[in-house]
Amino acid sequence: MSNYSYILLIPLLPLLTFLVLGIFGRKYFKTTAGFIGSASLLASTVLSFIAAKQYFFVDGKLNGVYQKIIAFKYTWLSFSPNVSIDMGIIIDPISVMMLIVVTSVSLMVHVFSLGYMKGEERFATYYAFLSLFTFSMLGLILSVNIFQVYIFWELVGASSFLLIGYYFSKPSAVAAAKKAFIVTRFADLGFLIGILILGFYGGTLDIGLLIERLTATQSAEFINMTTASFLGASMLTWGLSLIFIGGAGKSAMFPLHIWLPDAMEGPTPVSALIHAATMVVAGVYLVARLFPIFSMDPSSLSLVTYIGAFSAFFAAVIACTQTDIKRVLAYSTMSQIGYMMFALGISKLGGEEGLGYMASLFHLFTHAFFKSLLFLGAGAVIHMVHSNEMKDMGGLRKLMPITHIAFLIACLAIAGIPPFAGFFSKEEILTAAFHSNKLIYGVALFTAALTSFYMFRLYFSIFWSKESTLQHHHGEGTWSMKLPLLILAACAVLVGFVPFSNFITSDGKALETHIDLIFSIAPVGLTLIAISIAAYLYKKENDTPSKLAAQFGILYQAAFKKFYVDELYLFITKKIIFPFIGQPIAWADKNIVDGFMLLLGKTTAKISFKIKGIQSGKVQNYTLYFFGGILILSILFIYTWK
Amino acid sequence: MPILIVSTALFFIGMFGLFTRRNMITMLMAIELMLNSVNINFVAFNKYLFPDKLNGLFFTLFIIAIAAAEAAVAIAIIINLYRSHTSIDVEDASEMKF
Repeated sequence: MSNYSYILLIPLLPLLTFLVLGIFGRKYFKTTAGFIGSASLLASTVLSFIAAKQYFFVDGKLNGVYQKIIAFKYTWLSFSPNVSIDMGIIIDPISVMMLIVVTSVSLMVHVFSLGYMKGEERFATYYAFLSLFTFSMLGLILSVNIFQVYIFWELVGASSFLLIGYYFSKPSAVAAAKKAFIVTRFADLGFLIGILILGFYGGTLDIGLLIERLTATQSAEFINMTTASFLGASMLTWGLSLIFIGGAGKSAMFPLHIWLPDAMEGPTPVSALIHAATMVVAGVYLVARLFPIFSMDPSSLSLVTYIGAFSAFFAAVIACTQTDIKRVLAYSTMSQIGYMMFALGISKLGGEEGLGYMASLFHLFTHAFFKSLLFLGAGAVIHMVHSNEMKDMGGLRKLMPITHIAFLIACLAIAGIPPFAGFFSKEEILTAAFHSNKLIYGVALFTAALTSFYMFRLYFSIFWSKESTLQHHHGEGTWSMKLPLLILAACAVLVGFVPFSNFITSDGKALETHIDLIFSIAPVGLTLIAISIAAYLYKKENDTPSKLAAQFGILYQAAFKKFYVDELYLFITKKIIFPFIGQPIAWADKNIVDGFMLLLGKTTAKISFKIKGIQSGKVQNYTLYFFGGILILSILFIYTWK
Repeated sequence: MPILIVSTALFFIGMFGLFTRRNMITMLMAIELMLNSVNINFVAFNKYLFPDKLNGLFFTLFIIAIAAAEAAVAIAIIINLYRSHTSIDVEDASEMKF
C-alpha cells in the first residue's frame, strides 16, 4: 500500500487560508485575499487529482476490487478501549470522487468570485468563510469515524450560516441564515440520536467497523439490533431512519426543505458552491457512505426512496411557478437531490442490483458540474441586470454570448439531452428505477419532463423573450467570471463520458453498464416535448403563460406559494409550539427554577439579618462565647465520648 | 488535693478578671493568672502520677515561654490601641461590629 499521507494537505490548506485571511485579512490582504484563497485551493485541487489518479489507476485495486484505505488516523477522544472519536482520512472510491467534485467546484467558485465580489467591503472575510467551508466539506467527506462526520457536518452548517448571512445588513439575509441554521440543526438532532443508537448497538463509532459488524447477519451486534424494537420498528430501522433525517435536513428533502430557497439570499457564487454542488449532497453522501448498513434494512431504504421521489416531484412542480431565478434553481437542486436519494433507496448491495447506487453517485457527480454552472451563469446574469426577477430580464443572448452558451449547455445537461452529462446519469437512474419499482419510475419520468420544462422556461425568459431594455451595461464581466463558466460548460459536456461504473459501485467491483437506445426513447422524447412547450410559451413575449396560469387557478396559486409549507411551519411554531409548549416552559423556568434559587438567597439574607447582633464588637462578649463553647465541648467530650 | 483547689481557684479568679475588667492591661494580667493555674496543674500531675518523668515540667517551661511572647504581642497591641483611641478601655474600641 503506497503512501497517501499527502492527502492530509488537501483539507489543511483551506484551513490555513481561513486562519490567515480570517485573522490578518482585513488589514493586510484587503485586495489580494481572492488570489491567496484561489491559489491555495488550486494546490488542493491539483493534489486531489493526483490522489484520484493514484487511487483509480495505480494502486487502489486489489484483485479487481477497489479497497478502502485508511490514510491517516488519530484517536482524538477515547471513551473506552472500543469506543473512541477518531480524526482520520479514508480513501475509497466515493471519497476520492467527492474530493474531485468539491475541490474543482470550489476552485471555480473562488475564481468566479474574484470578479463577482470585486470591491466588496468584506472581500477578505468572504474568502475566509469560503475557505472554512471548503475545509469542513473536505473533512466531512474524508471522515473515518461517524462522529467525525458529525463534527464536520456541524462545521459545514456553521459556515453555510455565515455565508448565507454574508450581507448581514439585509434583514431577509439574516432571517434566511437563521432559518437555514435552525432547520438543519433540528434535523441534526435526529442525526445525533441516530449516531448514538448505532454506536450503542454497534459498540463502536468507527464507520468501517460498524459496517463490518452490522452487515454480518450472524454477528451479536446485528442480532441485538434487529431484535430490539421500539414502537414496532427495530432499532436498526430507527437508527438508520434518524441518520437519514439528518441527511434529509442538509439535503433539503421534504419536509425539511424550507431553508434551501431562502438560503439564496447569500451571494450567488456561494449558492453555486454550497447550495448546489457540495453541502446539499452531503445527505446523499452520508447515505452512500453507510449504504452497506442501509442495504440490510429494507424499511429505512424505502423511507429514503419515497421521501426522495416525493421531494423530486414536489420541488419540480414548485419550480415551474417561481419567478426568482435563483429560487427556480434552488427547487431544481432539491428535485435533483431527490433523484439521487431515491436512486439510492431502490438500490441493493453489489452486482447488477447495485445499479441505483452507482447511478445516484454518478448523478451527484454530473449534477455538481452543471448545477454550479447554472448558478454561476445566473450569478453573471444577476451581476448584469442587478435583479433576481425573471421579468427584469430577457433578450440577454446578444449582450452576454458566453454566458448564454454556457447556460444553454447546462440546461441541456440537466434536461438530459444526449450527449450532455445529465443524460447519462439520468438514464442510469431511470434504468435502475424501471427494474425495481415501476411507480418510482413513473414519477421519475414525469419529473424529468417537468425539469426540462422549467429549465427551458428559465432559459427562454432570461435570454429570449422580449428585447433587452438595458441601456447602460458594463459588458459581460471580467475573464475571471467567464473562464469558470467555460471550464464548467466543458465539464457539463464531457463528464458524462467518464466510465463511472468502472470506478464507483456499491461493492467496489467494476459494473458493466450500457445505454439502451430503445429505453431512452421515452425520457428523451418527453423531454423534447417539454422543451418545445417551454419554447412555445416563453420564447416570444406573449400572454399565453398568464392565461394558462389563470386556467390552473388554485393549483397554480398553491404551487406558487410553495404549497404553503412555510405557512404550515409558521402556524405550527407560532400557534401551537410557542403558546402550548414554549410559554409553559418559560413560566416554569421563571417561577420554579429561578424561584427556588431566589428563595434560597432570600432565606439566607433574612437569617443573617436576624443574627447579626451577635457580632457586637465587644471583646468581653466574644470571650463569653468562647468559654461557653469550651464548656459545651467539654460536656460533650466528658459525657458522650465513649 | 489542696493543690488542685489552689489551681482551680486561680483559674476562676483569672476568668472573673477577664470578664469584669475593662482595662486591657488588667485583662492581660487575668489571662496570665489562668495560664499559671494550668502550669500548677501540670506540675502537680507530673509529680503525683509520673514522678520519674519530666514531661509536665517541660510543658510548663514551654507555656512560660509562650506566655512571655504573648505578653509582648499583647502589649504592642495595647500601645497601638492607645495611639489611635487615646485610651486602653475595651469599651471604647468597639467599631469592629456589624
